[in-house]
Amino acid sequence: MAMHRFLMAAGLLTSAFAVPGMAVAEEAANGHGPVIEAQEWSFAPPFGGFKQGQLQRGYRVYKDICASCHSMRFLSFRNLAEVGGPHFSPAAVEMLASQVQVTDGPDAKGEMFQRPGRPSDRFPSRFANDEAARAANNGALPPDLSLMAKARAGGADYLYALLTGYQQAPAGFDLTQGMQYNTAFAGHQIAMPNPLVDGIVPYTDGTEPTVDNYAKDVSAFLMWSAEPTLEERHKVGARVMIFLFVFAFIMFLAKRAVWERLHRRDHSHTA
Amino acid sequence: MAHPSTYKPTSGFGKWIDTRLPFPRVVHDQFMVFPTPRNLNYWWTFGGILTFMLVLQMMTGIVLAMHYVPSADGAFDSVEKIMRDVNWGWLLRYAHAVGASMFFVAVFIHTFRGLYYGSYKAPREVLWILGVLILLLMIATAFMGYSLVWGQMSFWAVTVITNLFSSLDSLIPGLGTTLVEWIWGGFAVGGPTLNRLYSLHYLLPFVIAGVVILHIWALHVPGNNNPTGVDVKTERDTIPFHPYYSIKDGFAIVLFLIVFAALLFYVPNYLSHPDNYIPANPLQTPPHIVPEWYFLPFYAILRAIPSKLFGVIGMLGAIAVLFIVPWLDTSRIRSTSYRPIYKWFFWLFVITCIALGYLGAQAPDGWYLFFGRAFTIYYFAFFLLIMPIVGLIERPKKLPGSITQSVLGSQASKPPSPPPPGPDDREGLA
Amino acid sequence: MANPDTTTDPSLLPDDDPSRRDVILIAAGAFATIGGAAMLWPLLDQMNPDASTLSMASIDVDVGPVEEGQAITVMWRGKPIFIRHRTAKEIEEAKDVKLDVLIDPFARNANLPEDAPATDANRAATDLEPWLVMIGICTHLGCIPKGQAVGDYKGDYGGWFCPCHGSQYDTSGRVRVGPAPQNMYIPPYTFASDTQLKIG
Repeated sequence: MAMHRFLMAAGLLTSAFAVPGMAVAEEAANGHGPVIEAQEWSFAPPFGGFKQGQLQRGYRVYKDICASCHSMRFLSFRNLAEVGGPHFSPAAVEMLASQVQVTDGPDAKGEMFQRPGRPSDRFPSRFANDEAARAANNGALPPDLSLMAKARAGGADYLYALLTGYQQAPAGFDLTQGMQYNTAFAGHQIAMPNPLVDGIVPYTDGTEPTVDNYAKDVSAFLMWSAEPTLEERHKVGARVMIFLFVFAFIMFLAKRAVWERLHRRDHSHTA
Repeated sequence: MAHPSTYKPTSGFGKWIDTRLPFPRVVHDQFMVFPTPRNLNYWWTFGGILTFMLVLQMMTGIVLAMHYVPSADGAFDSVEKIMRDVNWGWLLRYAHAVGASMFFVAVFIHTFRGLYYGSYKAPREVLWILGVLILLLMIATAFMGYSLVWGQMSFWAVTVITNLFSSLDSLIPGLGTTLVEWIWGGFAVGGPTLNRLYSLHYLLPFVIAGVVILHIWALHVPGNNNPTGVDVKTERDTIPFHPYYSIKDGFAIVLFLIVFAALLFYVPNYLSHPDNYIPANPLQTPPHIVPEWYFLPFYAILRAIPSKLFGVIGMLGAIAVLFIVPWLDTSRIRSTSYRPIYKWFFWLFVITCIALGYLGAQAPDGWYLFFGRAFTIYYFAFFLLIMPIVGLIERPKKLPGSITQSVLGSQASKPPSPPPPGPDDREGLA
Repeated sequence: MANPDTTTDPSLLPDDDPSRRDVILIAAGAFATIGGAAMLWPLLDQMNPDASTLSMASIDVDVGPVEEGQAITVMWRGKPIFIRHRTAKEIEEAKDVKLDVLIDPFARNANLPEDAPATDANRAATDLEPWLVMIGICTHLGCIPKGQAVGDYKGDYGGWFCPCHGSQYDTSGRVRVGPAPQNMYIPPYTFASDTQLKIG
């Protein structure tokens, strides 16, 4: 009797949790909203993680293509060496860092100067500030990408859909001058021109240099950049869940053992 | 307290401290031997769960405060620093954020338990009022805590909710604006607002802890209610809190932690909004401003009522009405288990709260607005019409004669015989 | 306990199977303790220096502009680093000191084993003996000794003088007059070239 009521309440509460998921699904389902299909990602399942090769290729795509407009201010070069991330060797990270010029200073004369990057430096931004970025992009501000995979509903699915969603505008669609049509972007008009073309970034590990792979790889890289501790979280989570399930079972037995005395007392009196 | 203390300190230190600050005596009397109805079900474990969660939120909050920077320029970046660089920072941040949601899951269940079993009825009215006060303090604390991230949703939620006070301008011109600018510390939400929200967010949990102590005190005067709603009649109706309910509460806490851990480690951002991963931009409003899920029912009520001022009154009234529940319900019967008519209205009320939660996340137009209004009407009707009226006209089911009788059946009405001596019987037990 | 009331406290009844219950309760207690400790650890470990602090572990310094007889101070890991380009006279004085008169006979050099003696060779840069690189913090109570600037009072040994309690250091940074107990520490560093110093 109590169990029945408990299950009913649990079911009702669970349906309450379905609220956020339902909102996104509705938008995708009605055809007038953005079209975002679920993709397969190595990091999506509960015990999943990132693929080192994919993250390294994704970084390459970011560096060669995206970094010309988009900053990633929460990442430092040293993060590229992290376990659970692209896991470049320390020597590779030093080299990648030294390839960029970073502003430092003031020097003894009181002036700022440029120097090669170090692993402890943050990724430099192409633009000094937002206003400079807007001026170079017809008034549109290319957003920082560090958290983009968590800052949009749909996460990596959305990013992939956006990067592969450039199409000819359908007949009758009123496309503003200077904008591009994109199936995934809200409102279907995006200021960013299509950044990816087959073969634009050379891949050295045998992966096909197609737009589809670029989009997959850079989306995975952006997911790592937004959530660099994902693998550790899954790993610690697995241990915690196992511990808790065993603990719950032991507590169940303990509770039953303690209450046994009460039930025995009752039965001995009412026999 | 109703029961004389039976504590007898045995150790030298025990006797010494007992005559100077009898804390062990209080622990013994109130949390070990305290006579507790023997028939409490698992809905009664949420008090212990809530205490655990309060301690957890305070501890994670205090260590997060060691790294958080409470300035408009530094806040968002400091949260990311916690997530990326601080040892275990990601765990502490997610524990605190998911913990807030779990805290509300527990408090809603705990409150619905109180409503269902009539735990608010005499002589427990003050206990109930203190509980609603704790709920109100929790709502304030959670709202302020969410703002500290200084993401888009943080900033605009603060803007919208504080702007509600400007509705007072329609009562007294200028009053609302003055009040709102006082809250903001400026002409718009900004750095000064963030700093004061941080200060109060740190303060309020300690106020909550104090009210929780009063809440437990107010409970221990009459003792716990129980699923039958029938008062404790003989000592046989009760068992000592320790070990029976200490172990049961412990078991329930571990089960609760399983749900908490599943969310934290696998879908930590499920209950939050992606827009809060965008730094606050005072010049750009998000397309849909949505509060955290535990505020959605109140948000739905706010938007269901067409006038700004009455919308605010409605939203605040939805909580205020809880304070007077002990006097709205006219039934002489405590537990809804024995109230066949009222039971339907109660479950419809639960459905109403969940529905309002769903509707609070939708755009307030079309069918969403219609049902938002329908459920808001039922919400208030449940308290202001159904509770008073149904209690008067309903014929309740027959209550059990006693708690023991409800557990053991009619056999229990026999006087208890001493336990039969066993083969190696010993007098008493150490 | 007089008159145990088994009607209200069934725990006082004689036991059916105490040992089995004890095992389960001990297991429950053990899990609770392990769980509690596991929850406590992150709360304590978060106070340790975070990853960004640890990453600021090395800096590069160009010591080319530092003339003989001059000294500069740079910040490394939040601490001042004294870099002195010693004159021949200062080096001579440092080498002449016999180890048995030293208050602290150890080199305190992070680039060498702990028991290395405080000879000038073990204090100055390897193969670049004019260069002395030291953490400029007095080993007594943490003040920053004077001696970096040209006009500073350098004490009787020509090195550094701590104004807080009067400790004096020689031209190799070794303590000669207390109350400081140890020589100023030498941080980990390397010279990538004759003028490029990398600390940490």
